[in-house]
Amino acid sequence: MRQLFKFHGGVHPPTHKAESTRTPIAQAKMPSRLVIPLHQHVGNRAVPVVQVGERVLKGQIIGRPDGRLSSAVHASTSGTVSAIDMQLVAHFSGLPDLCITLIPDGRDEWIEHSGVDYKQTPHTELRHLLREAGVVGLGGAVFPSDLKSYSNKHKIKTLVLNGAECEPYITCDDLLMRERAGDTLRGAEVLRELLYAEEVLIGIEDNKPEAIAAMKKAVEQDGHQHMEVIAVPTLYPGGGAKQLIRVLTGIEVAAGVRSTEKGVQCFNVATAWSTWRAIAHGEPLLSRIVTVTGNVEHAQNFEVLLGTPVEELVAQAGSRPDTNRHIMGGPMMGVDLPSGQVGVTKATNCIIEGSDKLFPPPAPALPCIRCTRCADVCPADLQPQDLYWFAKSNNFGKTQEFHLFDCIECGACAYVCPSHIPLVQYYRYAKSEIWQREREAQSAEVARERHEYRQFRIEREKQEKAERLAQKEKAALAAKPAVPAPLPVAAAPNADPDDTLQMRVDADVAKANLQLRIDAAVARAKEQAATAKPRNTDALTPAQQAEIAEIEARRAKLREMASGAGADDEPPKHN
Amino acid sequence: MISALLVMIGISLLLGAVLGYSAIRFKVEGNPLVEKIDAVLPQTQCGQCGYPGCKPYAEAIAKGEADINKCPPGGEEGIHKLADLLGVEYKPFGEGAAPKAKAVAFIDEQTCIGCTLCLQACPVDAIVGAAKQMHTIIVSECTGCELCVAPCPVDCISMQPLGEDIGNWKWRYPTISIVPVAAR
Repeated sequence: MRQLFKFHGGVHPPTHKAESTRTPIAQAKMPSRLVIPLHQHVGNRAVPVVQVGERVLKGQIIGRPDGRLSSAVHASTSGTVSAIDMQLVAHFSGLPDLCITLIPDGRDEWIEHSGVDYKQTPHTELRHLLREAGVVGLGGAVFPSDLKSYSNKHKIKTLVLNGAECEPYITCDDLLMRERAGDTLRGAEVLRELLYAEEVLIGIEDNKPEAIAAMKKAVEQDGHQHMEVIAVPTLYPGGGAKQLIRVLTGIEVAAGVRSTEKGVQCFNVATAWSTWRAIAHGEPLLSRIVTVTGNVEHAQNFEVLLGTPVEELVAQAGSRPDTNRHIMGGPMMGVDLPSGQVGVTKATNCIIEGSDKLFPPPAPALPCIRCTRCADVCPADLQPQDLYWFAKSNNFGKTQEFHLFDCIECGACAYVCPSHIPLVQYYRYAKSEIWQREREAQSAEVARERHEYRQFRIEREKQEKAERLAQKEKAALAAKPAVPAPLPVAAAPNADPDDTLQMRVDADVAKANLQLRIDAAVARAKEQAATAKPRNTDALTPAQQAEIAEIEARRAKLREMASGAGADDEPPKHN
Repeated sequence: MISALLVMIGISLLLGAVLGYSAIRFKVEGNPLVEKIDAVLPQTQCGQCGYPGCKPYAEAIAKGEADINKCPPGGEEGIHKLADLLGVEYKPFGEGAAPKAKAVAFIDEQTCIGCTLCLQACPVDAIVGAAKQMHTIIVSECTGCELCVAPCPVDCISMQPLGEDIGNWKWRYPTISIVPVAAR
């Protein structure tokens, strides 16, 4: 008998699992249309690769993974793409996201596909097959499985197969293990092979004896080595990855640490089953088992094509008329769907039909009396009453000091709160505010860098321009003959060649060049003026010539007087 | 008596030398407070504070020349952070300096004549374009400073508020909705 461990806290909400386990998994009817979101996984949204009006086959990729952290999206059946647009999706925000709407043609015609023998195939190729098949974690976290089935930094000793299914109402994993234990274990064997793990521990809560028996039987029948089915005590949230790892191995995965660093990796049982279908049969993830329960006539598990509108699904279980909401997931952590039109996604493990009778509206929240019942049940060993206090007063720094990000949002604290405070909502609010601030800080940093670079660039361009100009001037100067010596008439003090030379050695090259140019131009103009003779000086009479000579003499005298005054800095004297 | 004086003089000379040396050796270039203030500012480089960018405004605050409530993009929270950092009282925004919802510039590509004036105005190089070629905004880099709006000769730039989508959606502060009850 293996020794089991305990995690801190936990609660025992009424389970309501029996309602949906009475009948085997049924195939859901082909819906009238499929609304397939392109973002059904953690990471980047897939990029649509089909056109509106295009006919697609069952299993054909309609959304390519975008980047490393992303996954493929496929057509769940054959049909025609009728729209690629924003539609409501299963998200807390109730905001629309990009979806592909597919009208099934009813023929359910498969694309060509075939499996591989995983023992003969390189691991990289197996991981590529998982990525192309859109296999993601089906326990609800929807993390791409190809990325999880790889560890080069840490030696993985234990692969934990999660069949705990601790949330009330949900029975999809229970039924899967009862009916499809063989393929599930074969998938687990593939994952074990990919991780080079030494053992596979299959944790199943002890309120599922049929599933435990079926899995044990399959382990024996198929002769799986290193596999062990372990019944764990029923305690919410025992299905959380960290909690189940703690119970099975005693390893405490600390804050900010991945379980792989401790040599443990965790997969959901349904993920293992999908892995087997993808590897051995070449079937991408096109459907999943969904529990339809709550306010319905006959609660049951259905094998549902991804993208099936929730309304069409719940009608098959006989949704009662007083149903006023659809909850996706369990009552503890589930999402209230914004509409019955949203499509089933890879994360949809359960649809609970809600009514006021089944889930009476919560009583108004009363002040916190600091009874610390929440701290007693917190599976992450936090102080929820303090986190609440700081989140409520927008003191986000303090919430982080109190390890807000270790909170798994299981809702055990809110479940036991005698004041009915919606505690988890406060934590989610604080988390998203902190993320927002981080995003803003990052974009401010980018803006600062870009602004500084721009200023640097402008400065550099200015400098380059000045240098270019100087070089051009130099080249022009070298190409042209030396500036002719100015005429003696033009020998004003500021046009002196010595002065020009003086300026050429000046530090400011650009300025000097400019001066040089001006001087050269002035000299050229003067030269022209000197060489060009007045036009009316041909054929002059001696009288005219004498007159000119007299005027010239007078001018020369005046010039002499003027230059003498300029040199002596004294006013000319007139007698 | 003399020896005591000499000892005191000796000590003071020694300490003076140490202080003088460290003043040169460990000299801090620039004002470290400016960096801290600059880190609080939102780096939109919009100039709404009256200074040509966030850094000059940070320098002005550090010198005590500027008030801390001149940065609308930083919001109320920005003022609170600056007040905490500088140990001064919180000051509300003045008239007409209220923060606006985050928006990014949008160029109507049909109207754009490719004059490059907005390219020169953008403080973070978030506009792509060339002379006589259509320009466009890189949305992810736009800080929403509005500096490109005024220079456009054909008024083809407008500010588009950034809507909420699944990527930037935030959980709301938990509130209790009050349902009016009809009076009897």
